[in-house]
Amino acid sequence: MPLLTVDELTVTFGGRGRTPSTAVDGVSFTVDQGQVVGLVGESGCGKSVTSLALMGLLPSKGVAIGGRADFEGEDLLALSPKRIRDMRGSQLAMIFQDPLSSLNPVVPIGVQVTEILQRHRGMKGEAARKEAAHLLDRVGIPDPTRRLKEYPHQLSGGMRQRALIAMAVACAPRLLIADEPTTALDVTIQAQILELLKELVDEEGTALLMITHDLGVVAGLCDQVNVLYAGRAVESADRRELFAHPTHPYAHGLLGSIPRLDAPRGEPLSPIRGSINDKIAWADGCAFAPRCDHYTMGCLTGTPELTAPRTEGHLVRCVNPVLPQNSAEDSDGAEDSDGAEDSDGAEDAEKEVPA
Amino acid sequence: MLRLVVRRLLQLIPTLLGLSVLLFLWLNRLPGGPASAILGERATEAEVARINRALGLDQPVYVQYGRFLKRIFELDLGTSVQTGQPVWDEFAVRFPATVELSLMAMAIAIAVGIPLGYLAAKRRGGWLDVAAVSGSLVGICIPVFFLALILKGIFAVNLGIFPSYGRFTTGIDATSVTGFAVLDGILTGEFDASWDAIMHLVLPAVTLASIPLAVIVRMTRASVLEVLGEDYVRTAESKGLQKRVVRARHVLRNAMLPVITAVGLLTGSLLSGAVLTESVFSFNGIGNFIRTAIDARDYPVLVGFIMFIAMVYVLINLLVDLAYSLIDPRVRVH
Repeated sequence: MPLLTVDELTVTFGGRGRTPSTAVDGVSFTVDQGQVVGLVGESGCGKSVTSLALMGLLPSKGVAIGGRADFEGEDLLALSPKRIRDMRGSQLAMIFQDPLSSLNPVVPIGVQVTEILQRHRGMKGEAARKEAAHLLDRVGIPDPTRRLKEYPHQLSGGMRQRALIAMAVACAPRLLIADEPTTALDVTIQAQILELLKELVDEEGTALLMITHDLGVVAGLCDQVNVLYAGRAVESADRRELFAHPTHPYAHGLLGSIPRLDAPRGEPLSPIRGSINDKIAWADGCAFAPRCDHYTMGCLTGTPELTAPRTEGHLVRCVNPVLPQNSAEDSDGAEDSDGAEDSDGAEDAEKEVPA
Repeated sequence: MLRLVVRRLLQLIPTLLGLSVLLFLWLNRLPGGPASAILGERATEAEVARINRALGLDQPVYVQYGRFLKRIFELDLGTSVQTGQPVWDEFAVRFPATVELSLMAMAIAIAVGIPLGYLAAKRRGGWLDVAAVSGSLVGICIPVFFLALILKGIFAVNLGIFPSYGRFTTGIDATSVTGFAVLDGILTGEFDASWDAIMHLVLPAVTLASIPLAVIVRMTRASVLEVLGEDYVRTAESKGLQKRVVRARHVLRNAMLPVITAVGLLTGSLLSGAVLTESVFSFNGIGNFIRTAIDARDYPVLVGFIMFIAMVYVLINLLVDLAYSLIDPRVRVH
């Protein structure tokens, strides 16, 4: 049984007098014990909001949350504020994007570490300080006893993120959520932080939900990957499978747009056209359709179902997935008709209809 | 920390020197002068000359300035033209009264303003927020003397809960040790005198608190709103910390920084600006005294007062800086 099962999570913002805006529109995924799961997507696809919803950190007013998130037999989305507060930091923990702004500038690092030990493990005074020093040491901060007395501005960016990781793992949580933990760091520090996270996950058996837009991070760290688009998972697969055979046109385009060092000089990059603002509501069809090269009228008949057109466990939400034959022969392969596309034959006929 | 204190105290010297020049020029350029104030409009030339000679006003400007500086360095503020008493003695009687009043007003403003501002920010858009914001607008807009009269009318005249004027009830036996009425009562064991002084302070202090209270509510609210949106508050929440820890350590500690600056400046303005309140409540403080000194062109008193207030401002700023460096490590002087 998975540690965390998110089922049709929806988050809609909109207070009085404002038009509601749906940030997360039916996201489903699972995280197993000790597994590293990636949530990948561009800015605004709902990945951060998903993590905040799971942690119970969204404001209580002006936000409507739907769906379920089963975590060890409890629905995280339905817990009382008191219960979720008890679980935060002890069973669920989170690492944020910007390590400087995520640390309180006027409180010593030591206090920011010991306060969580005091809260969830009842440690006080010298014992708490010792454990805090041990934690800082554990995440690779040299001279931890001295660092405990220092303030965030006295630490480097990498150190700050390490300190935040120390706080997050202080109570050995079952699930760690990392929201773009390396975005604000430079490349060498990024690698160190990812290495550290990998090590912690391996040694402690903590499950990690990695939220990122960086496909490099996904390739280096994740076991399972979920690609999000406009608030919904559009593709979900094992890391190797996904990188080898991206099947949703969005994931396919995303991987195809990475500049390659071995590409011929002067070769143009291949971006995904349009922007995330060119979308249609999931209820009307595939939100990616306006930007998609594989677009047909069939894409406009309600939310596409998740199917496994390629292999078991590789789920894709698309009526015209990118499959070996037609991807090789380019995107206008409307005449292609092979076994894998038989089910979509009806849509194929309408493929030439302009957008 | 000690270096900061010493450096700030040394900064007093150029500040006060500059101020002394300004003051001196002002005194010499002002029409009228003490002689005509003392003698009235019909004074003869000879009489004016006599008074001027007595006050040293017939000497060349630089001599006057030299004397003026010398006296300041000797902390000799001269004699009040109005009362004939040394300026120091006049201040010694009245200044504690004003300090007492200002501190009580500030205590009220802080004790009410910070929690109210915090709650208003937490429940942004709620009825409490609307009430606090519009109430503080009223607090800033309402003229002090008007508020004083209303409070006096209701609580002193109609309900009779608080006395309407003065520092003590007539006839009460209060021994003066420090000049601070409440403190004196405690020191000498005359607790009824202390209580009497407190009761006399309530209405003027509430009146005087109206503006600082309004400013503190608004500053706290704005500052808390800003801090609530900070990433580190979200981090604190993500650690599952108790609400009170998040509130005190992560929200208020950061949100208090701008409020401390405001409190410092407001305290300075209370000490120098309680004129109207003291007048309405016939409170024998420095503000009331200065008002009559201005009428009488009592220069020694005015000069002493201005120098004194300048010092008070510098000292308050020093306290603000010290408080700041205690709270915020980023501005700490190493």
